[in-house]
Amino acid sequence: MLQYIDQFRNLELVEFIVNKIHQECPRQNLKFMEVCGGHTIAIFKFGIQKLIPDSIQLISGPGCPVCVTEIEFIDQSIALAHLPDVIITTFGDMVRVPGSKTSLQKERGAGIDVRICYSVMDALKIAKENPQKEVVFLGIGFETTAPTVATAVKTASDQSMRNFSVLSAHKTMPNAMQALLDSGEIGLNGFICPGHVSVITGIHIYDFIAEKYRIPCVISGFEPLDILETILMLIRLVNDGISKVENQYTRSVKENGNPKAREIMLEVFEESDSHWRGLGIIPGSGLQIKNKYRDFDTRYKFKITREPAIEYPGCICGDILRGVKNPVDCALFSKICNPEDPKGACMVSSEGTCATWFKYRK
Amino acid sequence: MQLGLNIENEFCDMNQKDRITLLHGNGGLQSHRLIRELYLKYFGNPQLNRLEDSALLESDSCRIVFTTDSYVIKPLFFPGGDIGKLAVSGTVNDLAVCGAIPNWLSCGFIIEEGFEIVALEKILNSMKEMAEFTGVKIVTGDTKVVEKGNADGLYINTSGIGTLIEGVELGQHRIQIGDKIIINGYIGDHGAAIIQAREDFPIEMDLQSDCAPIDHITRMLLSKLDGVKLMRDPTRGGVATVLNEFVENQAFGIQIEEIALPIRDCVLGFCEPLGFDPLYLANEGKFLMVIDTNEAVKALEIIHSFPGSESADIVGEVVDEPKGKVILKTLIGSHRILDMLSGEMLPRIC
Repeated sequence: MLQYIDQFRNLELVEFIVNKIHQECPRQNLKFMEVCGGHTIAIFKFGIQKLIPDSIQLISGPGCPVCVTEIEFIDQSIALAHLPDVIITTFGDMVRVPGSKTSLQKERGAGIDVRICYSVMDALKIAKENPQKEVVFLGIGFETTAPTVATAVKTASDQSMRNFSVLSAHKTMPNAMQALLDSGEIGLNGFICPGHVSVITGIHIYDFIAEKYRIPCVISGFEPLDILETILMLIRLVNDGISKVENQYTRSVKENGNPKAREIMLEVFEESDSHWRGLGIIPGSGLQIKNKYRDFDTRYKFKITREPAIEYPGCICGDILRGVKNPVDCALFSKICNPEDPKGACMVSSEGTCATWFKYRK
Repeated sequence: MQLGLNIENEFCDMNQKDRITLLHGNGGLQSHRLIRELYLKYFGNPQLNRLEDSALLESDSCRIVFTTDSYVIKPLFFPGGDIGKLAVSGTVNDLAVCGAIPNWLSCGFIIEEGFEIVALEKILNSMKEMAEFTGVKIVTGDTKVVEKGNADGLYINTSGIGTLIEGVELGQHRIQIGDKIIINGYIGDHGAAIIQAREDFPIEMDLQSDCAPIDHITRMLLSKLDGVKLMRDPTRGGVATVLNEFVENQAFGIQIEEIALPIRDCVLGFCEPLGFDPLYLANEGKFLMVIDTNEAVKALEIIHSFPGSESADIVGEVVDEPKGKVILKTLIGSHRILDMLSGEMLPRIC
């Protein structure tokens, strides 16, 4: 496998594409947004920004699932965790996200039962092993993770499990990208579109961006050569004045995506409005559990009511997620907000823009 | 401390409201702060303040090196070793990287009620084998048993005393621009093996901890070469954290060549999907060494002569700029800062 990966980090090929980028780059300044947090990491980890002309600015979008999960969701998770006989199961990054007052990690020191899972199937297993406990899975992520969570819900339903439920904050990408564009604040010349999401959705979910907003989109893989080639493809589209969706990540993304994964996702979830941290409520950008499966919906099961949540004063995660500001523009950045003690969500996940800037800063 | 943090305010904050979290024990930034801002506040003295892997205690007649370490690991038995092997070799290594020959160990056990004697014996046998292999003697010990639920199986503390090899003087003050950085083998094996060995881990790969004593290698190096400036074993916090300790508050930096870093394919393959960086994974049979450039090749030859150290390599050098920072020259010819471990390493979501 590693030899395979090495091909996408080959120094000679990198130099070849970097030269092309420099040759073909137009005089005007260009702003490309990488929507996915995985791209942000690769760009910083390999130092990609330093290889390309200064006139090309890469900005991070709202594609880190942890970062866009609303504070209220964290507060609800913590409140649930404090109920007797509740086990919270979650992907790793979530435990550090600060809610209004505290985080799951800090509360773990106070004795709540929070378990980190590598997959939602681990949560099902924990539920089976602890029949007297109530196991809640924190369902976050985009089209990438939603199908597996849907599978878990369906499995739990098929097996008539009574002690497993999902607190869903799943989100979908296209409407969020549209909301960004409608805000009119950024002035983008191109989107580096998320590879993993597209594996599920296929390439046509971005058509409206190219057609209606006249912004070229290239679906990209996550290795340095993938991203550099994507940048070159975007430059060429800009130079030719063409706005369309191209697929750089052909080895993984098929035109129609993965219909089977979408089918199970739509069996369990239905479209809903969703609250994005920093972006507010975006109509039709979330996935909620259908009535048919409501016994596995934590919100229904625990009769959760909404309470307004408090952002840390001075945190500009919202502006950063919208690509309007950079982490260094934030007064909290690296001073009182850092990966050990994050104040805003962008500092929490390893994919978060602030965490990535902090770790790989120039 | 140049960490870009408002330590005083932060720490007061932590003292009053916060609790100890797992972060305080991961060997990274938060552990450093706990040590510097709390332990040194109460215990500070010239020997302790140096914060080396062992303390150097000098009298007119001899130079003694003294260290202590506690071992809490899950699982207790893992591919490539167990907590007993770790408890002896870990403390021996702390003495070795300070330029000492390990002589004596103490050993304290905290055992959870209900722990199986068979398992304890297995652990003791590992300790015996390691002690015999390194020539160190376990000369004093203690056992406490706590009620079921009050410990996770068994914890071990070992303290070690060694004697400094004659003529050896190691320290940051000896480092010069142009010195080379050497590591004695593959990076990240222990950390990857432990994460994989934990229950419920979904990926199965043939990962083995590198847990082993290194005192025979360091002893040979110090007896043959004058140019060894500083050594440290990159355990918790990994290689990146130790490199940052080398340059902290110093008038030089370190540049590392990513392409030169010896990392097994299986460790890289393990880290890729989880978003882990091998440079932050723990090692238990490795040392990083700063050595005079004129002796670097010779040092490498000596290390290579020990079985299991064939992948040792020169991975970087001490540079003029940027001061106090570690720079990683990336595989694709760019560069970035390599920071200390900050926060907990958690698997990412997608």
